[in-house]
Amino acid sequence: MIDWFHPSILFILGAFLIPFLRGKVQQVYLMMIPALAIVSVAFMSQGTFWSYSFAGTPLVFGAVDKLSIVFGWVFTIAALIGIVYALHVKDSGQHMAAFLYIGGSLGVTFAGDYLTLFVFWELMAFASVFLVFAKREKKAIEAGFRYILVHVFGGVCLLGGIMLHYVHTHSLTVGPMPNDGSLAFYLMLIGVMVNAAVPPLHAWLTDAYPEGTVTGSVFMSAYTTKTAVYVLVRVFPGTDLLVWLGTIMALYGVVYAVLENDCRRLLAYHIISQVGYMVAGVGIGTELSLNGSVSHAFAHILYKGLLFMGAGAVIEMTGKRKLTELGGLYKTMPITLVLYMIGGFAISAFPLFSGFVTKSMVIAGASQDHKPIVALLLLMASAGTFLHTGLKLPYYMFFAKDSGIRAKEPPLNMLIAMGMAAFMCIAIGVFPGALYRLLPYAVHFNPYSGEHVTSSLGILMFTGLGFFMLLKKLDPEPTISVDTDWVYRKGSRVFMWIVNKPFAIYENYLSNIYNTWFTRFTLFFSNFLAKIFDVRFIDGFVNGVADFFMNLAQTIRVSGSGLVRNYAFTMLLGSVIILTYLIFC
Amino acid sequence: MIKSLVDFIGNPDNVGKLKKIGYLMLVATFLSDFFVHREHAIDFWDKIPGWGAFYGFVSCVVIILVSKFIGHQGGVMKREDYYDD
Repeated sequence: MIDWFHPSILFILGAFLIPFLRGKVQQVYLMMIPALAIVSVAFMSQGTFWSYSFAGTPLVFGAVDKLSIVFGWVFTIAALIGIVYALHVKDSGQHMAAFLYIGGSLGVTFAGDYLTLFVFWELMAFASVFLVFAKREKKAIEAGFRYILVHVFGGVCLLGGIMLHYVHTHSLTVGPMPNDGSLAFYLMLIGVMVNAAVPPLHAWLTDAYPEGTVTGSVFMSAYTTKTAVYVLVRVFPGTDLLVWLGTIMALYGVVYAVLENDCRRLLAYHIISQVGYMVAGVGIGTELSLNGSVSHAFAHILYKGLLFMGAGAVIEMTGKRKLTELGGLYKTMPITLVLYMIGGFAISAFPLFSGFVTKSMVIAGASQDHKPIVALLLLMASAGTFLHTGLKLPYYMFFAKDSGIRAKEPPLNMLIAMGMAAFMCIAIGVFPGALYRLLPYAVHFNPYSGEHVTSSLGILMFTGLGFFMLLKKLDPEPTISVDTDWVYRKGSRVFMWIVNKPFAIYENYLSNIYNTWFTRFTLFFSNFLAKIFDVRFIDGFVNGVADFFMNLAQTIRVSGSGLVRNYAFTMLLGSVIILTYLIFC
Repeated sequence: MIKSLVDFIGNPDNVGKLKKIGYLMLVATFLSDFFVHREHAIDFWDKIPGWGAFYGFVSCVVIILVSKFIGHQGGVMKREDYYDD
């Protein structure tokens, strides 16, 4: 009996078998791996497993505690739902990318040291980008490249922070870092904030997620930001900066969602908004708020997956993604509508749906920690959540003016996956105890107090009133919204303009000077060398030496006549001279 | 069952009925807030009956107006081909 099995092994090694399987066998195999992973999490016990020594530093692949187990649960459940949703996809490459991505995410969750964490962190980025590339459209490929470049930047920050941390502490163990104001702390925080999509480092998310494939974006909505939330809870609990960043995030996503016309980009802005609650919860750092962050991440993965699946089903069946081009689909896609609405009620935190029992923990955490402004602003953001995800998007997609599109319901596997997620959303809302027992700290929180139910319903119902009163103002407009990705999309053009205009003029000026003075002088000098010095001196010397030897040879030739008598005479003459010398000297 | 419910909501002829149901729900929600115990309230506004309804409505209006103002006057909303050149 093995004491522990790493679920990443299933996904990462399992990915490489996918291209060799076809049809039904492949489909069964695709569902079997996440199912086995869920089983491996179910039988997991706490402790430290699979640690190896690598070049003197310990690598720990299995640091298992309550916090990693609860993320293990939701990541494996989301994997199964996502795979069922993608079963009809024939593109093996997409399934492989999704498996490697999930494997990376689980690898981060159970990593006990920063080096292991970093390797799986990068695997996630490089695997997930293929879910964007797989759409095989120019816009998607461009967005994919921007996505990977931003993540490489984040990865470098994280790695730099890890290295500095190691230099200072000689430890790579993953654990809470005190905010000592060191560069290591902030580099690591920035690296994680990129993945958590904290503004202004968030634009990769809303740029890439709507460009991914219908099934790929469902996976993306689940893993990258929530893995970052896991690392924030693990490493940065109680970092004050995160309280305000999280609150700003929650409202930032809501404001942009008002302006958005692309249905999946609208949902992507609500990921930022929802992750804002989790980030704020980490920043508050009390047991209640950390439990809130973790449980909200759990619920969020399921309802956001459901919303992305619903919007994806509409895109799959209509080929359209803009709210201005959709409408009136309720007649032909009622099941998709109802399943989507369950996700919409869950994210809006209606009583009996999952968001109600998790989001309120974060807000209660803020109130109890004497941060009433944070609590009020987060509550305002939750009104905005219902406004867009629960009202605006379904209203313009399924009702409003009839677009004339008569799209059928999506394939059965997509509906089943949405049904699974919808079931989880309601189950968590009705029986929160099961989720609460998984949380890292003991829960003393009852979401179903009378006042909480009625005041939440009040907020939601009167948000609905406001929506219908201001409906005219909310009509989607065929525009796109400028976000911080402007810096590297248009900003790169500003850079190119600077290169092309002022830099080019300056460069031209410099080359004129160079041509006028330097080149002319060089040419004159080299002409002198070529015509005078080379001919007279260099060639003269070489020619002179040659002439000397030619003359010498001419002279010597006279003696080399080839006649034996001449040689004999010369030898005789030489002998006479030598003998004379020996006798008389 | 699902289909007939969705069709009922979507049918333009039922707008009047849906409005009535909506108003009833709003009144019921508002009134119910007066009949609950508030032993968990921390901030003073949590103790005011009907606070949720008021704050929800104000939040909704503020979010819509502020966002549209930022979008139109702040130059955030651009033509769809803004990045294509």
